[in-house]
Amino acid sequence: MLRYLLIRALSLSLSLIVASVVIFAVIEVIPGDPATYMLGLNATDETLAALRDELGLGGSALSRYFDWIGGMLTGDFGTSYTYRVPVAELVLDRLQVSLPLAAMALALSTLIAFPIGILAASNRGGVVDYGIMGATQLGIAIPNFWFAMLLVLLFAVTLQWFSAGGFPGWDNPFLALKSLTLPAIALALPQASILARVMRSALLETFSQDYMRTARAKGLSRGQAIRRHALRNALIPVLTIIGLQFSFLLAGAIIIENVFFLPGLGRLIFQGITQRDLIVVESVTMLLVFSVILVTFLVDITYALVDPRLRRR
Amino acid sequence: MRRLPPALILGAVLSGAFLIIALISLVWVPYPVDGVSIADRLQPFSLAHPLGTDQLGRDVLSLLMVGSQTSIAVAILAVGIGMGLGVPLGLAAAARRGSLLDEVIMRGNDLIFAFPSLVIAILITARYGPSATNAILAIGIFNIPVFARVARGGALPLWTLDYILAARTAGKGRIRISAEHILPNILNLLIVQATIQFSLGILAEAALSYVGLGAQPPTPSWGRMLSEAQTMIYTHPMLAVLPGLAIVLMVLGLNLMGDGLRDVLDPRLRRGRT
Repeated sequence: MLRYLLIRALSLSLSLIVASVVIFAVIEVIPGDPATYMLGLNATDETLAALRDELGLGGSALSRYFDWIGGMLTGDFGTSYTYRVPVAELVLDRLQVSLPLAAMALALSTLIAFPIGILAASNRGGVVDYGIMGATQLGIAIPNFWFAMLLVLLFAVTLQWFSAGGFPGWDNPFLALKSLTLPAIALALPQASILARVMRSALLETFSQDYMRTARAKGLSRGQAIRRHALRNALIPVLTIIGLQFSFLLAGAIIIENVFFLPGLGRLIFQGITQRDLIVVESVTMLLVFSVILVTFLVDITYALVDPRLRRR
Repeated sequence: MRRLPPALILGAVLSGAFLIIALISLVWVPYPVDGVSIADRLQPFSLAHPLGTDQLGRDVLSLLMVGSQTSIAVAILAVGIGMGLGVPLGLAAAARRGSLLDEVIMRGNDLIFAFPSLVIAILITARYGPSATNAILAIGIFNIPVFARVARGGALPLWTLDYILAARTAGKGRIRISAEHILPNILNLLIVQATIQFSLGILAEAALSYVGLGAQPPTPSWGRMLSEAQTMIYTHPMLAVLPGLAIVLMVLGLNLMGDGLRDVLDPRLRRGRT
């Protein structure tokens, strides 16, 4: 197990290094002066020089890279050019929206997907199964931002139960959660559809295994056998997908935050892009990629803990 | 001849319809989409404008028709990039299984997978400005590891088969064997994957142009139609409903076709599929 952990940790750090080099290269090294890009064509020579100085563009690419990485490692993500505040501060502020949103969406999609997937699998080939499979097929095809707009149309415009966007802050937790509800539903729908289908097929896979026949033969009811044996084994592929979905949730959140005007990480990135604030874009992108790679790592480790068979691979 | 699965037929009809609409729109649309006609703005459904007009007085049906071109073109090119680079990489990795080359290719794959595709798109557009080309690149790059993985996974078991051994004893090199014997035998897998990536490409293009990182005005695109409609959702909800419906039908058609094709082309997967 220790060996496995070590190898995985090594590949984790390697991925992070390569990812950081790629991001750094795209933003800072590839031809074109970042300072000119950020300030536009009308910038005076003095402001350009000042920005170049601030970005440290005078130094070599290598020293700038190590400055950036060193800063990231010690929590210094640079200073936003447009906001004039440390990027780390902005990120911490925005995480208060993005993290709860992603967590709500993940919880919601799991809560919807598990029972639906189990229901479909246990009624395989029946009307319920066909209905669920059809509905999930539709759920996968619906772009989440459009679904978000439909939710706004129904719940904000027609029924007026929710507001169409904005975030009131956590001073009133009820209002805050309420404003995250529609976005979380919009994010959860496609994920729940995919997850339900994976759950169904993973369960069906276990139904044909010998241990299921044994379980039934020793007198367990179908439901008991599913709960005690099938579900646990089906959880392996399902967990993989949940881990993978984290990155989709992050990407989805970037878009959904824009639909609902939520001040999260996604909007921060887009503001960074429209304001050409490359410092923000660079550091926030790195953070996003870091969290995705880290989650993949954690999922891998969890497996090895849950299922000793996987350690030997 | 076995009966074709209903999903395949329905999917093929749906996707085929969009392809035909896109082709028709190349030569004919009810109204030009580049003209602004304020007198005709925001009209309801009528005989003259079956799906109404938008805030600039453009015919929505025409916009949807031309928008399908954008979606299809971006998705096809992105799949092309993914297949063109991914398949050779996957074949090379399989041909030299366990070698350094294999290792490098597969780890590179993992790395691209770690970037959510949207983040790649953001990175590219942040630096080079938004455009359809950059959207194609961003979606295409993400397709490379997908096809590399499918090609490698499909090719590996083939390399242990007798007829490949025969080809090797006949003196054929690994590249020639990959091209002449492996590739034709994994074509089914690749076609199914291409259908899936095509539908994901449509979704990705819509998302990118919705947030303003895809095709730029005046090129009509479904995603941007949605973002423009959002500000008018209280007064003209139909403008926000129709482009989304187009996206859903197209993606649904492609997914059904992909599932159906998989059933027909790859009997091993017929049961217990997701």
